[in-house]
Amino acid sequence: MVETKMTKISIQDLTIHFGNVTALKNLNLDIYSNEIFTIIGPANSGKSSLLQSLNRLNDLNAAYRKSGKIVMDGKDIDDLDVESLRKRVSIVFALPFPLPLSIFDNIAYGPRMHGIKNKTKLIKIVEKGLREAYLWDEVKDRLHTPAMNLSGGQQQRLCIARILAVEPEVIMFDEPTSGLDPISTARVEETMRVLKERYTIILVTNNVAQAARVGDRTAFLLMGELVELDETKQLFTSARDKRTDDYITGKFG
Amino acid sequence: MSIVIVALIFAFLLKEGLSIFWRVPISDFLFARNWYPISDPPQFGILPLIIGSILVTAGAGIISIPIGIASALFIAEIAPRKTKEVLKAGIELLAAIPSVVIGFIGMVTLGPFIKEIFNLSTGLTALSGSITLAFMAMPTIVSIAEDAITAVPRQYREAAIAMGATKWQTTWRIVAYAARPGMVAAVMLGIGRVIGETMAVMMVTGNAALIPHSILQPVRTLTATIAAEMGETVQGGEHYAALFAIGIVLFIITFLINGIADIYLHKAKK
Repeated sequence: MVETKMTKISIQDLTIHFGNVTALKNLNLDIYSNEIFTIIGPANSGKSSLLQSLNRLNDLNAAYRKSGKIVMDGKDIDDLDVESLRKRVSIVFALPFPLPLSIFDNIAYGPRMHGIKNKTKLIKIVEKGLREAYLWDEVKDRLHTPAMNLSGGQQQRLCIARILAVEPEVIMFDEPTSGLDPISTARVEETMRVLKERYTIILVTNNVAQAARVGDRTAFLLMGELVELDETKQLFTSARDKRTDDYITGKFG
Repeated sequence: MSIVIVALIFAFLLKEGLSIFWRVPISDFLFARNWYPISDPPQFGILPLIIGSILVTAGAGIISIPIGIASALFIAEIAPRKTKEVLKAGIELLAAIPSVVIGFIGMVTLGPFIKEIFNLSTGLTALSGSITLAFMAMPTIVSIAEDAITAVPRQYREAAIAMGATKWQTTWRIVAYAARPGMVAAVMLGIGRVIGETMAVMMVTGNAALIPHSILQPVRTLTATIAAEMGETVQGGEHYAALFAIGIVLFIITFLINGIADIYLHKAKK
């Protein structure tokens, strides 16, 4: 695959500290448009810290300090309005967390917040979001029941639909299937594969096999450092670094 | 145990108070407009007292609910940690002031102030009572509402913020929404405290058992009536029974309010 790829996000010399703890060291990497970029690595390797820097959720943490630059579409994200950045770069958390509202209102929440009031428009947005997250057929008859009644896998897809409704450009998944059963996991992975046609997807996962299944390119982080970054197939068949090989074959982790 | 005690109290109230209804029908007792318990013949209409209680309580609610909820939101969501601790301690301190002291302060400072502002013949009015009682309801409302807000799962906030919500949108549309049952319970308990309050209202409302035409007139509440007149009655007499019947009415009102608060507290726990 040597097609020309558009760089969506460019991370340049990124170092992150939380107080005295270094979470990431001199990270340099580019994420392309319309790819599934997976990040693997053991706990505390800086995966989630990286995600939370990309939409500046880390800014809420008082101990957070960073150096280096994160550039999206040619612009430093620190120069962007933080709310609109978070709208463009959205995140799906490990545990699905529906708001205490109905299914419909959960998804309409974002658009409403961003100022869309028109009822028919909202109905369209909700349906589109649910269809894209492959949830529509399962919930179309009970849109006004509480979202808490859905199963875990459905809730996770609801969270995806909720994010799609605000029309992001980048969707980050932070271990999205760690709390799900294999069938729900397969559904969510399938959803990701379809979504990459229109969005840029960053997937952080503890599950090495999942990275191998869905990732286009995979980065291996260890103790805050980028050990290796390659096409997923390449990385999983012939890793150049011994540590990568040990990790993906399960010698530690 | 406590249920038994409550039941016994209620039974005692009934025993002492029900005899009044042999002489005065319930509807007259509740809705007649005159309370002249020691004239001849005595008149036992508690409507002015009920209206007095409702007026003072509603006024206190209008003042204390918005301020209380806003303070709770501020303390729980916005205030930095140190400010938060100071404010919480302050509110607990406010709750610890004896009602007589609040009533006293209301009488000597608030009364003359209101008299001056509205150019009245007396400053001891329903409005003074409302303001005084608002002070007493506030600590309850703030501390319980603050607990409810703090108990909203962090993930709700994260989810909202990650979708590009501002701090204000998150606080208002998500946190306040999720904490709603707890906030209703807080308001109900605050109001419950206000209705049952005796000493402070007695000192600042002017104690005239008349149906008021505005909040700038003196009123007398159910509680104040019992406290003020119980010492002058003949035990077992009609007046004595009437006061106990007022107690029954109060008991039922507070019971209902606490019941509503309870329902919402349970909802909040779910």
